[in-house]
Parts: sequence; structure tokens; C-alpha cells
Amino acid sequence: MPCSLPASARKMISNLMSAADTPPSADPALSPDHRVELGLDRPIRLDCGVELGPVTVAYRTYGHLNADRSNAILICHALTGDHHVADPHPITGKPGWWVDLVGPGRLLDTDRYFLICSNVLGGCMGTTGPAEIDPATGRPWGLSFPVITIGDMVEVQARLIDHLGIDQLFCVIGGSMGGMQVLEWAHSHPERVFAAIPIASAARHSAQNIAFNEVGRQAIMADPDWCDGDYQSHGLRPKRGLAVARMAAHITYLSEPALHQKFGRNLQNREHITYGFDADFQVESYLRHQGSTFVDRFDANSYLFITRAMDYFDLAAENGGVLANAFRGTRTRFCVVSFSSDWLFPTPESRAVVHALNAVAANVSFVEILSDKGHDAFLLDEPEFHATLAGFLDGAAAHRGLPPPTGQRRYGR
Amino acid sequence: MMTLANGPLRVDLKLIAEMVEPGARVLDVGCGEGALLDWLGRNRGVDGRGIELSMEGVSAGVGHGLSVIQGDADTDLKDYPSGAFDYVILSQTLQATHEPRKVLENMLRIGRHAIVSFPNFGHWRVRAHLLFRGTMPVTDTLTYQWYDTPNIHFCTIRDFLGLCDALNVRVDKAIALDRDGRVLPLPRAAGIANLFADQALFVLSRET
Repeated sequence: MPCSLPASARKMISNLMSAADTPPSADPALSPDHRVELGLDRPIRLDCGVELGPVTVAYRTYGHLNADRSNAILICHALTGDHHVADPHPITGKPGWWVDLVGPGRLLDTDRYFLICSNVLGGCMGTTGPAEIDPATGRPWGLSFPVITIGDMVEVQARLIDHLGIDQLFCVIGGSMGGMQVLEWAHSHPERVFAAIPIASAARHSAQNIAFNEVGRQAIMADPDWCDGDYQSHGLRPKRGLAVARMAAHITYLSEPALHQKFGRNLQNREHITYGFDADFQVESYLRHQGSTFVDRFDANSYLFITRAMDYFDLAAENGGVLANAFRGTRTRFCVVSFSSDWLFPTPESRAVVHALNAVAANVSFVEILSDKGHDAFLLDEPEFHATLAGFLDGAAAHRGLPPPTGQRRYGR
Repeated sequence: MMTLANGPLRVDLKLIAEMVEPGARVLDVGCGEGALLDWLGRNRGVDGRGIELSMEGVSAGVGHGLSVIQGDADTDLKDYPSGAFDYVILSQTLQATHEPRKVLENMLRIGRHAIVSFPNFGHWRVRAHLLFRGTMPVTDTLTYQWYDTPNIHFCTIRDFLGLCDALNVRVDKAIALDRDGRVLPLPRAAGIANLFADQALFVLSRET
């Protein structure tokens, strides 16, 4: 249990939590928040050399697994996302982060596919992470939690897929850090991935992105309430530091035109500037709100560990400096998507992946979607993006021998 | 899987489609919305890939279940490994590339065969337009003004055959089409086809 979360949040999670392992529910609307303990007999060997186990994984499923077990789609969430893809967040009550994409007749059609999403290793929504109790000491892991990688996250997901009795996933899909996991899946488990959709992502974290992550981490560590990572023992939470980290990161998820359209230089509930440091501007007020609501649902040490995992991700470096080597011999069908105004994971990063896939004559589609909404476009209502994904999925489904869509398609809100 | 909208294939695409062996690996460079790839997939069991510059074209193609990447002939052919395809197709696009020679070399490196179609700038109407009007030719098939045309490397049939010679490329098949899509004879020296053909279509191989 993430001890650092407010008592009310813990209670809500507790209410939603089911027994140690319950089978996936038939009704997506009633799909419980599953928990499973993995690695009981065989610990998970992390990239840093540590053997971790057992590992608790929190996950949700939507739709039904077919008799052939061939219709499963793994959804990989981004840095601050979680497994509540299409149902209200247990703490904030806000709709799931891809609620527009999931459901009967929707792009990720619960009438056709069995959707799985798990909270990543190192997360703070039920999967083992730094806010959980280290069984060896009986105290929260904190900074003694092993430094994890994207590869480790995928290894834990692979164990979950084993547990669910699925040999091959029909598709692995995700945006941003979720896209990194998609690429890692295609690299490390090529035979288990029929189709892969990395969105607004990259095969390595750029220097600029490492720099932004470092700003966030330093903001957290500069908060006296962080207590060298041991804030849980002191009954404290580094709220201010984490809020600043979120504010800085949030800017990178948008674009200058999006910020301008949304706020311009408009003032917040006032006629004139105040010659002070209140949030005079709407954009300031917005960012402060983003920061303050984020701390209610996210753990500061999780933020440190997960951003570090992103920084360490470099598929080319792991493969002799040649990205194409990561995909040699792949039979996976890829659909790479980028957004024109995304400056966090700009199109050239996606193009580098496409060129590497071309170099091994892989089956790849790639489109740069015109959008002014920046990196966050992958979470928003972008009709061209959704139409492209729908077509790719239908094409892949036909090749996999899965039935075509029936009835009316439902897009958008 | 949905099928691409209706209507027959463009006349040069139809000719190209009939040249492709069933089950072949095909790369269509400048594939537009993917009409040719779609036809080849459904009628010839072809494993097809496409490259297209416009977002609209790419998302239409991918939206129809085709494997299409956003890119262009000048920059995106160099990454493919040698011999990755049986056919690399470039229809009505050669004249819009920055480096047609390099494009053709890359096509023949990554494909066993290259199929190229292009508008013939040696057509008598083109010649007459420049001769009598003194302005850059604008015709039924070449509809752009000089200042907004994407076509920057026009050639005649004879020019193209010259490039094939220079690159030591074998011409397996050559077809000339008039304005109405009728096939004209196209001898090795181009002959009157260079005067009367609206467009030409070549199947090429590396000389071995």
C-alpha cells in the first residue's frame, strides 16, 4: 500500500482492491482492480543485478480473452499514468486517461479485444515501488528500492502475461514512456508481439529530456520534506518539490501555440497585474493547479525512479550502437505515430525508429499527425490519429485472423 | 479490412499491377493513398509496403490497413537493405525527386526489379508549346505552372534510356502510352514514341 498517499485515497484503493488474484471480470464496467504476486518461485532479475521478488502487480482488464487467446492487447501507460485506462481514477475520480479509446465499438474495441494494462514496476498505484514496504526490513523501500529500467518494467509485464496464460499479444500499444515499453517489448520478446504501436515516443531518451527529468528530480530533492527519500518514516511528503517537478514537466507536454491559445497573456481573476508574485497570469494559475493536484495521486520517490528508467533507455546502445540490430529478424507489424508539435518526443525520434525498422525490412507504417497540441496530443481527441490507428488495427486483426469490427464505430467524446 | 474507394486503377497503375508476380514483395514509392498496393494485396497476394509524402495519403493508406510510411524517395530509400524487395515501384514521381539518378540506383539496389513510370517531356505538344508560345509547357497531364510545380526533373523517354545506359541498367520491358492510354511501340532507341507518348513505363533490372 502506498503509505505516502492520504488516508482517504488509501481507503478508496483498498475498497477497489480485490483478493490476491482474481480472474479477469467479464463485464468491463465492473472490472476490478486486480492484484497479483509474481516471481514467487523465480525472482525477477533486474538490469542493475538485483533479484526482486515477489513483485505485486496492479492491473485492470477490459473485454474478453477469446478461446485461442489471440486477441489480447497490452496497453502501456506513460510516466505519470496508471492502469486505470478507462475507468475513474480511484483518487481523483477523473475519467481514465484513454477513456475515449476504450469500449464497445471504440478504437480499442472491448467487443473484439481483451485489453490489459498494469501499473509499471516502480509505480505508486499498487505495483511494487519505492513507497511500498520492503519485506526484508518491514519499512518502506524509499531510496533503497533498486534502480529500475524500461526493460525491467517489460519483464514484469511479461510475467503478468505468462500468468494470464497468453503466449502472444495481438498488440502492444502505448504513448511516450508507454511507447518505450512497446519498443522494448518488440525488441526483447519479438515472438510475443504480433503488432506494436509506439506513439509519440523514442528509442532513447534525448539529452534535453534527461535534462528536464533532472530538473524535476532536483526540485523533489530540494524539498526539505523529502528527508533524503525517507519522508514516509517522518510522516511527511515533499509536496512542494513534486508539484514543481510536475509544473516543469507539464510545460513540456504542451506546445507554445497550445499554451497561447489556451491562456495567452490573460490575467487570472483580475483586471491588472499586481506587481507581486501571485499567480497574475492564467498560465501560472493553471500550472500551480496541475502541480497541486498531482501530489495527491503520485509518490515523489516513484517519480525519481521512473524518470531515471526513462533516462537510461537507449535501445541502440544496448545493441552495439545500431538501433536496427534491436529489431533484426522481427516479424512484428509496426505502426509508429508522432505529432508535428511534439517537442518532447519530436518526429525525428520516431523517424529514427522507422529507419531502423526499414533497415531490417520490417513491416512498418509511420505517420506524423498534424496537431498543435504538443506531446499530450496522444491523450486527446485527434480524429486523424484515431482513424489511422483504427485502420492499422483492423489490418493487423485481419492478418491475425481476428474478426472485423461489427456495427457502428464510436470515436471521440 | 476495408477496401480503398472504388473506381478502376489509373491506366499506368493497371499496367504496373499486371507486371507484378503473385506473392511478390513490393515497395511502392510515392504510393498516394495506396490504390495500387491495395489492389496488389487483394488480387495478387502481394506483401506490399508504401512510402508517401503527404499526411493525408499516409493516413488514408494506413487507415485502409496498408503498411505505409511517411517519407520520400530522396531520403528514405537508403535505409532499406539490398535485395529486400522483388519490385520497387515509382509511378509518376521520378520527375519530382531531387536526385533521380540516386533514387533509381537505390531502387535497383533494394529491389530485384524497378518499375518506373513518368510523363514524357519529349511529347510533341510539349515541344510545340515551348517552341510556339515561348512559355513553359502546361498540358492536360502536366497541369502546373513553372513557379508552383513539384516537378523539378523532367525528362524525355530518350533521356531516361540514356540514364539507364549510364547506370548499366537492363531494360526488361518498355511501354509507351498515348493520351488515351493506348499502348504505342517503344523500340530501344525510343523512336517516334518519344514524340507521341504521353507517358512511359519501364521495368528495369540490375545488369548482372
